[in-house]
Amino acid sequence: MTDIRYLAPRTLDEAVGAFAAARGAARILAGGTDLLVQMRAGAVRPGLIVDIKRIAEMTSIEETADGGFRIGAAVSGAVLGEHPRFGQVWPGVLEAVNLIGSTQVQGRASPGGNLCNASPAGDSVPAMIAADAVVTVQGPDGRRQMPVAAVPAGPGRTNLAPGEILVSFTLPPRPRGAGDAYLRMIPRTEMDIAVVGCGVNLTLRDGTCTAARVGLGAVAPTVLLVGEAGKALVGSRLDAAAIEAAAAACRAACRPIDDKRGTIAYRTRIAGVLLKRTVGIAADRAGRA
Amino acid sequence: MPTQATPQAEPDRVTITLTVNGKPRSLALEPWTTLLDLLREELGLTGTKKGCDHGQCGACTVLLDGRRVNSCLALAVMQDGASVTTIEGLAAADGTLHPMQTAFIEQDAFQCGYCTPGQICSAIALLEEDHAQNPDEIRELMSGNICRCGAYPNIVAAIEQVMASGGEPAP
Repeated sequence: MTDIRYLAPRTLDEAVGAFAAARGAARILAGGTDLLVQMRAGAVRPGLIVDIKRIAEMTSIEETADGGFRIGAAVSGAVLGEHPRFGQVWPGVLEAVNLIGSTQVQGRASPGGNLCNASPAGDSVPAMIAADAVVTVQGPDGRRQMPVAAVPAGPGRTNLAPGEILVSFTLPPRPRGAGDAYLRMIPRTEMDIAVVGCGVNLTLRDGTCTAARVGLGAVAPTVLLVGEAGKALVGSRLDAAAIEAAAAACRAACRPIDDKRGTIAYRTRIAGVLLKRTVGIAADRAGRA
Repeated sequence: MPTQATPQAEPDRVTITLTVNGKPRSLALEPWTTLLDLLREELGLTGTKKGCDHGQCGACTVLLDGRRVNSCLALAVMQDGASVTTIEGLAAADGTLHPMQTAFIEQDAFQCGYCTPGQICSAIALLEEDHAQNPDEIRELMSGNICRCGAYPNIVAAIEQVMASGGEPAP
């Protein structure tokens, strides 16, 4: 960890300029809870670190005029948790973000970093996908938006173009009767990496599911949007048959690895189990919303 | 050309100001210096311990602007203008221990003591955050601090003792 330059620009244009000029030799620093570990392990050796936490847009949370939220990419999990409204509107997204590491890690770690780290097991990503969150990215050619599900390209790789920086997440407004939830399976209760993670976001009207999105983590090279699982729920009254069909869709979507955390067979089975439990929590919240 | 050299930081160093245990410091740092290494190696504040150096064990926990963070995962240059409190900064000027330090002694909440500075800083922030109402929640919210000796029951008892006495806000 030597011979690194450090920049903490105050504007995005400055950050993008420096990041793009370094041509792949630079890394973006939000909370640093992944980057510093990777640098120490020798996995990355950036010539330049661009700290984005001095840029106001990167560290602010705003409620948009239509009732949605815009979350800066470098907002920490702790700050998001302290927002007076966010956790009431998006409890599933918040519980997913707050599962990243310990309280100490939460003081630094951000959903933007979690997404750009591109781990298939990143906890916030399935919940953001279920929430239909869209990210804004800025690069040398300007700004563009993309759905969260389109950001990861594979383990440790994203679809951001060279020089592009993740700026913020935009979460849509919530209709009445909407609820979301996130559950992950880990062998202990804290401080571990998801064996499977499942985010569900659904809307109920008079007991009938009118919209549903399911994000599934740690079962494929990237976090998945399981469209078929959502379709199986929509139009149903979340009866056992519909939920089993959604669970089957989750199992069918799994292309997991075998490793010390879980086998292919185990992860696939758990994907269905988690879907059922997560739907139950999201539906309870939707019923109260 | 001025003939008198002005004192200047080396080109690869970054100058920051940091309040450490109440004292403002101006520091010229290599950008890759972690807050933990700054405290231990440059400022001689060796109370903050290096355990895993990966953000998993919590031995390096300090209070940064009142919030608990793993100092091993924070670059010092990121903290320009911030205020850091370490285990050395908890006692009053006359040596009176912080209530959490007293409770750790009274409850025998350590054996080897290596994790203790991090446990105490973390516990003080825990009370400030005010999310833990019972022993289970204390355990969950202290899960970022690992104790190899297994002093957990006594650590929880120490935190409960301070909670019961009305606590004390983090400095």
